[in-house]
Amino acid sequence: MNIDELQAIAAKEKHAQAAFRHRVYVCMGSSCVSARSEDVLKALENGVKERGLGNEVRVTCGGCAGLCAAGPMVKVLPDETLYQHVSADDADALIDSLGAQPVEALRCDTSHPFFTRQTKIVLSESGIINPDRIEEYIAVGGYSALLHALNEMTPAEVLSEVSRSGLRGRGGAGYPTGLKWNTVAKSLSDIKYVICNGDEGDPGAYMDRSIMEGDPHRILEGMMIAGYAIGAQRGYIFVRAEYPLAIKRLNNAIKQAQKLGLLGAQIAGTAFDFQIEVRLGAGAFVCGEETALIASIEGRRGSPRPRPPYPAEYGLWGKPTLINNVETFANIPPIISKGGDWFAQTGTEKSKGTKIFALTGRINHVGLIEVPMGITLREIIEEIGDGIPEGKRFKAVQTGGPSGGCIPAEYLDLQVDFESLASIGSIMGSGGMIVMDETSCMVDVAKFFMEFCMSESCGKCVPCRVGTAHMYDILDRITRGEATLDDLRLLEELCDMVKFTSLCGLGQAAPNPVQSTLLYFRDEYLAHILDKTCPAGVCPIHKPEEVLS
Amino acid sequence: MAMTAQQVAAPTDDKRWRLVTVTMRRHGYEPHALIETLHTVQEAFGYIDEDALYFVARNLRVPLSRVYGVATFYNFFTLKPQGEHTCVVCMGTACYIKGAPALLEAIHRTYEIKPGETTPDKKISLLVARCIGACGLAPAAVFDGVVAGNLAPDQVVQRIEECVGS
Repeated sequence: MNIDELQAIAAKEKHAQAAFRHRVYVCMGSSCVSARSEDVLKALENGVKERGLGNEVRVTCGGCAGLCAAGPMVKVLPDETLYQHVSADDADALIDSLGAQPVEALRCDTSHPFFTRQTKIVLSESGIINPDRIEEYIAVGGYSALLHALNEMTPAEVLSEVSRSGLRGRGGAGYPTGLKWNTVAKSLSDIKYVICNGDEGDPGAYMDRSIMEGDPHRILEGMMIAGYAIGAQRGYIFVRAEYPLAIKRLNNAIKQAQKLGLLGAQIAGTAFDFQIEVRLGAGAFVCGEETALIASIEGRRGSPRPRPPYPAEYGLWGKPTLINNVETFANIPPIISKGGDWFAQTGTEKSKGTKIFALTGRINHVGLIEVPMGITLREIIEEIGDGIPEGKRFKAVQTGGPSGGCIPAEYLDLQVDFESLASIGSIMGSGGMIVMDETSCMVDVAKFFMEFCMSESCGKCVPCRVGTAHMYDILDRITRGEATLDDLRLLEELCDMVKFTSLCGLGQAAPNPVQSTLLYFRDEYLAHILDKTCPAGVCPIHKPEEVLS
Repeated sequence: MAMTAQQVAAPTDDKRWRLVTVTMRRHGYEPHALIETLHTVQEAFGYIDEDALYFVARNLRVPLSRVYGVATFYNFFTLKPQGEHTCVVCMGTACYIKGAPALLEAIHRTYEIKPGETTPDKKISLLVARCIGACGLAPAAVFDGVVAGNLAPDQVVQRIEECVGS
């Protein structure tokens, strides 16, 4: 496979696509599948067949179209018409409308800020290519970045391009990607590994899932470019077993790439060999931590170990290992194709590019959004998200999952970037953004996250294992109206203790939801303790306790 | 493939053990294949019993204690057989603030089971998930592998009835 052959495949696919008068993409993201999009796909396929339009209309599955709450979504190309809440019964009307007036009743208004305010770099192809066909990915320019890197760039040039882009790890901590790659590249070893962290454990976040399901080849391409730059021959994609569709699509993508000689030995006729294998997680939040993830790939319990040595020097099976998040790898192909300087034009001074968020909770437009770094929370919530439903009042937005914090209304004009979010006690995190209104009790939310951390603590270090259990116990007593001010003081002490003495990120960040709610919603804690009332009416104070864990 | 001295035979002649053997062979019977193999066992049998733990431990030459440690460490693995039908209620943040606890309450009221439990007649198992990633449909639950979203407490019971009835 050389560049000419790749372009020939792209030209052939484009020609084939042009032969169809219309291409209909039915979203097969998990959210839409849950809303029976498979039935819609079948009904459309049958309808097209019955009418003998098989040569004019191509009906296929597509990736996530973004507005998950309005699924199943259907996109018609080249007209760019987007339909929402489509059911199998609508198939006939949809097919009849092709080439004529769109079905207004089902039409999704794409002039809404939800669509116009987004900047799509990573999700640019999601929803308009069939994730199960490598040809469609190639037709939109897929794998040209890899071949460009292999044929025209040295590994050092790839490294400097990634460094120049200013890309920072999208897993949550925001470590500069170029720096990480350089460190692994400098480590001396014949064998090195690339690991893609797809163990998306934050509850309320499904960005990586959508990328893996909607555009799997992009991740493979990013990993291969990384492998070339750092001198690795083997890659692993660590995916949660809870994501069966993503696993299926990735495995299929690997097979297709191998068949075309884009993955395997001597890729594109160069001396570069690279293999990728999918490894399944087994349901442990702590495996998002890199040393725990490595332990899990090695077939052991997912317990973290102290760093240094960092995986960049001593990683999988003791070899230098590069670990990046799914979204980080997905950013690589456009950086190589269009250049680091192009990428750095988007975003703020220290946080470049875009970030994908899963916007969920008490908000009108629930879905997956990709926005430039530096956008304000207000723009995301009020414009893109279209505000809070049922005329309720905004209370807080939670970012960063169990390791993050709750941000109150007074900080809605804050820019979304790594430093700004950290400065007010939250974190960027992997991209979960959960909006809460006045019906949510912040003490209850803090308890929810503490229960999570307590259960997911691996048990290796004492501060996390015992500390989270104690904090949960105090929070539980506060929500039952049985705590005193002394308990609150103890809770604050425990927060500091667990934060500063835990072994890994899970424990170090576990107090964040408590500390941020204590900082901004202390009155709610005091109401539970002093007045024995829950202002939001969530906590069962004075009511017989229901035994439900 | 001829069995080498180190490999032990399957506990029964159930054909599903072959799937397990295939997974171990694909990884060259390396100890690091432990989690992948346990996944295959669970997929084939629905749960991981003591025989399976022994079988996998001997073949991968991993101490039984470590196999047990791994099988109990990860939430995804279960050592108990599940009921005929399963209902998994998502307890991710989005589902939680949109009323997932009320779903569990409704199930508890009707069937008197808590998460992780199975009804005495072995018909229904109730499980909770950390997040199934269907946040757009919160609150969501999975009934016998089929995801349903925007559930109200009475609907969740109705859905379970439909599963049991079918």
